[in-house]
Amino acid sequence: MVKKRLIPCLDVTKGRVVKGVRFLELRDIGDPVEMATRYSEYGADELVFLDITATVFGHEPIVELVERAATELEIPFTVGGGVSTLEHARRLLRLGADKVAVNRAAVERPELLTELAEEFGAQAVVCAIDSKRVGPGKGEVVTHGARQPRGLDTVGWALEVVERGAGEIMLTSIDADGTREGYDLEITGLVCDAVSVPVIASGGAGTVKHLAEAFEVGAEAALVASIVHEAPERIPEIKRELKEAGWPVRI
Amino acid sequence: MKIVLADYGAGNLRSVSSALARAGAETIISPDPAAVREAGLAVIAGVGHLAACAEGLEREGLADALRERVESARPVLGICVGLQMLFEQSEEGGQGLGFFRGPVVRLQARRVPHMGWNTLSVRGKPSILDGLEGEDVYFAHSYSARPVEELPGAEVEHGGPIVAAVERGALAGVQFHPERSAEPGARLLRNVIAWSRSA
Repeated sequence: MVKKRLIPCLDVTKGRVVKGVRFLELRDIGDPVEMATRYSEYGADELVFLDITATVFGHEPIVELVERAATELEIPFTVGGGVSTLEHARRLLRLGADKVAVNRAAVERPELLTELAEEFGAQAVVCAIDSKRVGPGKGEVVTHGARQPRGLDTVGWALEVVERGAGEIMLTSIDADGTREGYDLEITGLVCDAVSVPVIASGGAGTVKHLAEAFEVGAEAALVASIVHEAPERIPEIKRELKEAGWPVRI
Repeated sequence: MKIVLADYGAGNLRSVSSALARAGAETIISPDPAAVREAGLAVIAGVGHLAACAEGLEREGLADALRERVESARPVLGICVGLQMLFEQSEEGGQGLGFFRGPVVRLQARRVPHMGWNTLSVRGKPSILDGLEGEDVYFAHSYSARPVEELPGAEVEHGGPIVAAVERGALAGVQFHPERSAEPGARLLRNVIAWSRSA
């Protein structure tokens, strides 16, 4: 039986991991590959590097980061943030990223997902969806750091991206993101029920209970940020607690 | 002993090459059929569609080099789509090398791709899986080999038992990614190196 995954997300800009509140007051908290290696040693199942400054094609630091991560890491990693063209995604995958996460570019040109899946396989294509709550059980897709509503229903869009070739969905609730009050279980559950690919719940994790709740509604994986950045040595404890609660996790 | 990763022009082989180097092997990536023919161990690695892998191997003359190795019982390892390449026809299109009998079929499970860590159940006494019973390794695939005969190797559960590894004589394959499977993956690669020396 496939295990539920704990995935730390590292926000990266100019080759460094940063932390900040809504892009303000970014603070340098370390080297991405060093931090990733430490998380891996503590038992993280996978990693996401998110270039939060939405780089343009050819931005060198992320290229260098991917090359280093590919040769040094012993667990899989996804690269996202500003992946806007087929060439960019292709370059990251060729350099050794296991998966690439596409967000806004998929909204603007959904064929990108199909092109990527045809060349690299669906398992290499993560579609990141940012969803804003617009009513009970209803989410709308947003982009541009949540500033721009796209007029797309979240569940409908999730179904479309799978149809077009995405092999995984990383679903972020914009309302829950940063609150540490738990994932938006309603939209997460609806997307998990609708699609056939694994769903990574994102946005709002603050406690182990929150991770278990995401698994309960069908998520295959839970994206975490602050709870592991503050204390990566807690990863084994988090996983042990999940296991004790009956969830299949890798210890 | 030198390991050669067959470079058929698609995807990235450096992650696998680095992991083999960490496991203690001298490893090169080469598109040269002679290098693939003469290596101590030849590895077919890659992700994505079997058809693209098959086409690349044939085009570069690497498929023939691999066939010669198998005829003379010299070690060949397939990783991920490389394992599938050791089998026959794929449902997603493309023809494998047919060293093992059986098709490559789409996974039938609630969630496809099969993505994440899954627990190995070892069958028989395959030397590449020594010490790996019950260990978790990383998978990322939508298709899977379905052998017609029983082969030593390993299975995992995902909508039923699926092939995780096979080994017969000097021919072996793993569906998971040892280069992304932490310590159990490193152990697999060390086993592979020892196996290819004695095979």
